[in-house]
Amino acid sequence: MLRLIGQRLLAMVPLLLIVSVMTFSFTALLPSDPVDLIIGDRGSEEQYEMVRERLGLNQPFLTRYADWLLRAMTGDLGTSFFNSVQVKDAVLQRMPATLSLTFGSVLISITVGLAAGVAAGLRPGSWVDRTATFGATIGQAIPNFWFGIILASVFAVSLRWFPATGYVPLTDSPMEWLRSITLPALALGLSTSAAIARQVRSAMVGVLQQDYIRAARAQGLSSRRVVLKHALKNALVPVVTVLSFQITVLLGGALIVEQVFAINGIGSLAITAVRQQDIPMIQGIVLILVLVVMLVQLATDILYGLINPKARPT
Amino acid sequence: MSAPLLQIDDLSVTYWDRSLLGLRANGFEAVKRATLTVDAGQTLGLVGESGSGKSSIANALLGLVPPSGGTINFDGQDLATLRKGFPPEIRQKIQAVFQDPYSSLNPSMTVEEIVTEPLKVHTRMTRVERHEKAVELLKLVKLPETHLHRYPNEFSGGQRQRIAIATALALQPSLIVLDEPVSALDVSTQNQIINLLYERRDALGISYLLIAHDLALVHHISDRIAVMYLGHIVEEGPADRVYHQPAHPYTQALLEAVPLLDPARQRARRAERRGRVTTDMPRLSEKGCPFSGRCPHVMDRCTARMPPAFTVPDGGTARCFLLDDEPNEQGRSKD
Repeated sequence: MLRLIGQRLLAMVPLLLIVSVMTFSFTALLPSDPVDLIIGDRGSEEQYEMVRERLGLNQPFLTRYADWLLRAMTGDLGTSFFNSVQVKDAVLQRMPATLSLTFGSVLISITVGLAAGVAAGLRPGSWVDRTATFGATIGQAIPNFWFGIILASVFAVSLRWFPATGYVPLTDSPMEWLRSITLPALALGLSTSAAIARQVRSAMVGVLQQDYIRAARAQGLSSRRVVLKHALKNALVPVVTVLSFQITVLLGGALIVEQVFAINGIGSLAITAVRQQDIPMIQGIVLILVLVVMLVQLATDILYGLINPKARPT
Repeated sequence: MSAPLLQIDDLSVTYWDRSLLGLRANGFEAVKRATLTVDAGQTLGLVGESGSGKSSIANALLGLVPPSGGTINFDGQDLATLRKGFPPEIRQKIQAVFQDPYSSLNPSMTVEEIVTEPLKVHTRMTRVERHEKAVELLKLVKLPETHLHRYPNEFSGGQRQRIAIATALALQPSLIVLDEPVSALDVSTQNQIINLLYERRDALGISYLLIAHDLALVHHISDRIAVMYLGHIVEEGPADRVYHQPAHPYTQALLEAVPLLDPARQRARRAERRGRVTTDMPRLSEKGCPFSGRCPHVMDRCTARMPPAFTVPDGGTARCFLLDDEPNEQGRSKD
């Protein structure tokens, strides 16, 4: 197991390199020039050259990339073009909000998805099943930002149960933190809940027809034990697979939902950086997000091995 | 003679479709008033083609489907009336081994977890005691102790079936329902499993209800054989008698399906059979004998009503008018 984790961690290195080359190239290919944005319309030729020199943009592409890479390896992701903020600090400061939102929605999706999927899968064709399947279809069809707006207008604006905007760090007040991310996490988790519910339902239906369920019943195990211990554990195998790629979707979705709820997370940082062509910032954000995604996928792969002996390395 | 361990009388099992309103509709009677007896320490072989209702009897006996009629007398208690599941003491005494060892073992549990789960549920044994029992059980089915920490996917079909048998033996049951225990295995493994079952029965004094479609195999291990056709038990009797002198035309047809070793004899028999038994799906007569549509000896009264159980001279009964020694219609119909 440890060897597997080691191998997977090593395999991340080339992947991160490729991603960084790609982002770097894309920013270099942009037709507009960040220097123009900094000095504005009235800047003189000298000012232009000065800024270009200061930002290192007069260097050839490969030199700039090599320079960035060498420093990135020491943990220094450079400074923003626009204010002298360290990219690493800016990203790390925004990260907790985005990660809270993402993992909050993962938690909601797993809870809702499992409950609905198990209820539906236990009695295929029943009204519970039909309601859950219909709900899942709706859930997957509704865009998360629209659902977010609806949630905000009902639960924040009309009922005033939750704040409509903003994010309170966990370290400031755990209660307020929970309240601030509840609505956005619900909005974000809707479609993933639906995806998981579908997966759990069909996996449950399949597993419950297996002979080991019949055997467990014949042994006189309670239905609770049969469902929770025998059926659910095996039905979880495909669920983990869905989850591993849904987390990427959720992280991407978080950037949009943050806008709806005016949460200062990675989303607004990224949008500003792209608008301003703040190359070091874009580079840093992409790199760290990719790293997070890869770590999450490694974690789900390990989880997969834990619940599915067939997938375990021998 | 003491009372039998298991006495099934007039057992019926009906499956219902649900209509739109959730009401029962279109019942299908998979088992029709079946009567069976298993004595302690004996094996009853239950044979019949697929769809004949063999597994439905097993399911009713294991409490997996509720019977729609009749009684299941086991150890002095009628199981057919227990609607809310069997009490634990009954559960412990009836265990099961199913057909497909690839799907009957939970893939996410180790062999030790699988084998000891009945103990966990039904006994108060400690973890250490359960482990000792697991070692002992593996020894009973001739698997090495080192297999305890492995998962089912690491084993062959025969090994998996041994694990299933070990699980069934864990609670020292008095009856094990073997639902096609070897039909998913290859022939050489079949023999090993059958021999293992044979040894365990004689050593531990367990009774078996052996469900299979292969009469030759059933004859090898059973004391008595019952033959099912479309929900009816059409013949029942001592294994040797049923196998060597089948009384019911359906049993005779089943036996002729067992290939002969001599190709010339096999060819001759096949030619002869071709003229008699139709293999088309028979039209079912509602009231009469279900085999009447395929039977070479069909008489008028066969389609009019179901024959009662007639006593066969060398033991057992068969539900066929051929055994009626008073061929007149008013004969001895008690049913």
